[in-house]
Amino acid sequence: MDAAPVELSPVELRGVNFAYGEGELRRQVLREVDLRIGPGEIVILTGPSGSGKTTLLTLIGALRAMQEGEARVLGESLLGASEGQRVRLRRRIGFIFQNHNLLGFLTARQNVAMSLELDGRHSEAQRLARAGQMLGAVGLSDHLEKQPAQLSGGQRQRVAIARALAGDPGLILADEPTAALDKQTGQEVVRLLRDLAKGRGVPILLVTHDPRILDLADRIVDMEDGRMVQADKASA
Amino acid sequence: MNEVPPPAKLLPWAPERNGEAVEPPPAPRRDPGLLAGLLLALRLAWRQLRADRARLATAIAGVMFACLLVFMQLGFRGALFDSATNLFRAMRADLFLMHPLTEASFRAEAIPRARAWQALADAEVDRAVPVYLAQVTLRNPETGSRRAVQLIGLDADAGAVDFPGLADVAAALRRPDTFAFDRLSRPEFGPVATMFARDGPFAIQLGTREMELVGLVEVGPSFGADGNVVLSEQNFRRVFSRQAANADLVALKLRPGADVAATQARLAALLPGDVLVLTHAEMVARERLYWETGTPIGFIFLFGSVMGLVVGMVIVYQILFADIAGHLSEYATLKAMGYSNGYLARVVLGAAVILAVVGFIPGFVLSTLLYGYVAGATFLPLEMYTERAVGVFLLIFGMCFAAGLLAMRKLRDANPADMF
Ligand SMILES: Nc1ncnc2c1ncn2[C@@H]1O[C@H](COP(=O)(O)OP(=O)(O)OP(=O)(O)O)[C@@H](O)[C@H]1O
Ligand SMILES: [Mg+2]
Repeated sequence: MDAAPVELSPVELRGVNFAYGEGELRRQVLREVDLRIGPGEIVILTGPSGSGKTTLLTLIGALRAMQEGEARVLGESLLGASEGQRVRLRRRIGFIFQNHNLLGFLTARQNVAMSLELDGRHSEAQRLARAGQMLGAVGLSDHLEKQPAQLSGGQRQRVAIARALAGDPGLILADEPTAALDKQTGQEVVRLLRDLAKGRGVPILLVTHDPRILDLADRIVDMEDGRMVQADKASA
Repeated sequence: MNEVPPPAKLLPWAPERNGEAVEPPPAPRRDPGLLAGLLLALRLAWRQLRADRARLATAIAGVMFACLLVFMQLGFRGALFDSATNLFRAMRADLFLMHPLTEASFRAEAIPRARAWQALADAEVDRAVPVYLAQVTLRNPETGSRRAVQLIGLDADAGAVDFPGLADVAAALRRPDTFAFDRLSRPEFGPVATMFARDGPFAIQLGTREMELVGLVEVGPSFGADGNVVLSEQNFRRVFSRQAANADLVALKLRPGADVAATQARLAALLPGDVLVLTHAEMVARERLYWETGTPIGFIFLFGSVMGLVVGMVIVYQILFADIAGHLSEYATLKAMGYSNGYLARVVLGAAVILAVVGFIPGFVLSTLLYGYVAGATFLPLEMYTERAVGVFLLIFGMCFAAGLLAMRKLRDANPADMF
C-alpha cells in the first residue's frame, strides 16, 4: 500500500476570513488565517482573549459555516459545505470542551459508546467493549458504570477524552480542556490526551492559556486580533 | 523536530478513508440502519426520562389524567346514548311501523291503528300489535312522592313484542287495573321490586288510578324516563285516555323463516306514507341519532374529551420542554459529535411516544375499574369496548406526538458552535 501523500494534511486553511454580525454590527474576527496541521501533529493555539481562537476552532470543527477562504479538513472542503455534510464531517472529529458535557443520565461507558452509535459498523456489544477499552486507556477501568456525578472533575474530563477518541477520529479539537481543572490534574489530563493521540497518530489542535502544557506541543501557533503569528517551538 | 513516528495502521485522513482512493476501504463508516437508528433514539429518550423519576411520574400522571378524562367522557357519552335508546332496545319484534316524524320514544307521533291491520295483509306478517306510549306519574310506595314513568301499553298475549320477563306476567296483565314494573328503573321510585319480591302483588297509584303491581320486567331507564311500566291496551286507556284509533308504534311478528328485508320492502310499498317500516336495529339507530345530533349532549362530551387532551398535551409539552431546556449543552454536544437535528428530534418524539404508552396503560386500567364503579352507582351501561380503548390510545398517542412536535422547536437553541 502506498503511504499517504505528504501534501494531504488533516487541516489546511488558506486565507480564511470570518466576521460576526451584519452591516453596522459586522465585526471581523479572523483575518487571512493560514493554518496547516500535519498528520499526527500536535498544535497548540494560544493568544489573548478575544483573538478568535475559539471561532477558528468552531470553523475547523464544522460547527459553524465558513464565510470566506479555502479550508480542507480531513479531505472535505468546508466552504459552501451543506449542514448535512458538516454533520457527517463532525463524526470524524473528536471534540473536547472546557466542560466535559457528559450526559448526566448515562454511565461513563454509555457516554463513550454514544460516539460510536452513529457508526453502523458496530454492534451494541462491540460499542460497549470498545468504550470499556477506551476508558481503560484513560485509566478509568474501575469506573465504567459510574455516572458523571459520581466522578471527579479530572475523571470526567478523562471520560470526555475517551469519548472523543473512541470514534476513531481523524482529528481532535480541544478548547481549554484544562480550564475547569486544577493545574496538576489539568496537566495530567492533557498529557494523557497527547499520549493517546500520538499512539494512534491522531493530530490535535488545542487552545490553551496554560503555559505549563505548552511543552507538549509539536508546534505552537499564536493568534493576535484574528491573525496568525506562527512561532516554532524550538525557537520560542 | 517535528518527526511523527510512522503509524502502524491506516491514517485517519488517508485517501482510502475519505473516498479519494481508487480502492474502496474495507469497512467504510456507515449510518446505522433506519430501525437501529430509531431504536437507539428511543433508548436514549427512555434513559433520559428514567433519570428524573419525579418528572417522569408527573408526565405519566398527566397522560393518565388525560386518558381517564377521555375514557370517562366517551364512556358517559356512549352510556347515555345507549341508555337513551333503552326502551326501543328492550322492545324486540321483527319489524316496526313508526311515524316518519317520530324522533325519540318519549314523544312519538301517533299513527293510525289501522296500519297494523293493513300490515296483516302481507302473507309473511303473522301478528301485528299496536304499542301505546305515554308518561304519567308513579307514586313511590315508601315515601309517597310522585315521579314520571314511561307507560308502555301493548297486548302482551300476542307475543309480537318481547321484553325480558314479559312472558311470565302476560296472563296477569290481562286482568283489569294491573301493570308490570321495570325492575331496572332508577331507585327514586322506591324499593318497588324488592317489595314485590317479598310481599307479592300490591297496589300503587299510577297516574290518578290505583293499580295492582303484578310482575316485573326488564327495560332500563332512558333519557326520556327514569322508569318503565308495561300494561295491557285496556289498562293503558284507563290510566291515560287518548284517541282509541291512534297508536304510537306497531310491532310486527313475521312467520318463521320469513325474509325480513323483503317483507320490509313490500310493506313500505304497501302502506301509505304516514308510516316508516323499520327493523329493530334501524329503530334503535334512529333514536340514537336523534340524541347524538339533535341535542348538545354529544358536543358537551366532545368538549370534555378535547379539554382532557389539551391539558394532557400541555403537561407533556412542559415536561419535554423542560427536559430539553435543562440539557441544552448536552444536546449541543451531541450535535457536535455528529448527531443530526433529525436524530435529536426523534429522541424527543421517542420520549413523547414512551410517555403515551407508559401513561395509557395505568389510565386504561384505572378507567376500566372506574367504569365498573360508576356503572354500579348510576345504572349507566358503562363498558370498556375494544374499539373505544384503541381509539383513546390513538388520541393519547396523537396528543403526546403533538406535544413532542411543539417541544422539539427548543432543540434549535442547542447550538454546538456555542459549546467551546
Ligand atoms: N457568537 C458570537 N457573536 C458575536 N461575536 C462573537 C461571538 N462569539 C465570539 N464573538 C466575538 O468574537 C471575538 C473572538 O472571540 P473568540 O471566542 O473566538 O475569542 P477567543 O480567542 O476564543 O477568546 P478567549 O481566549 O477569551 O476564549 C470576540 O471579540 C468575541 O466577542
Ligand atoms: Mg475561546
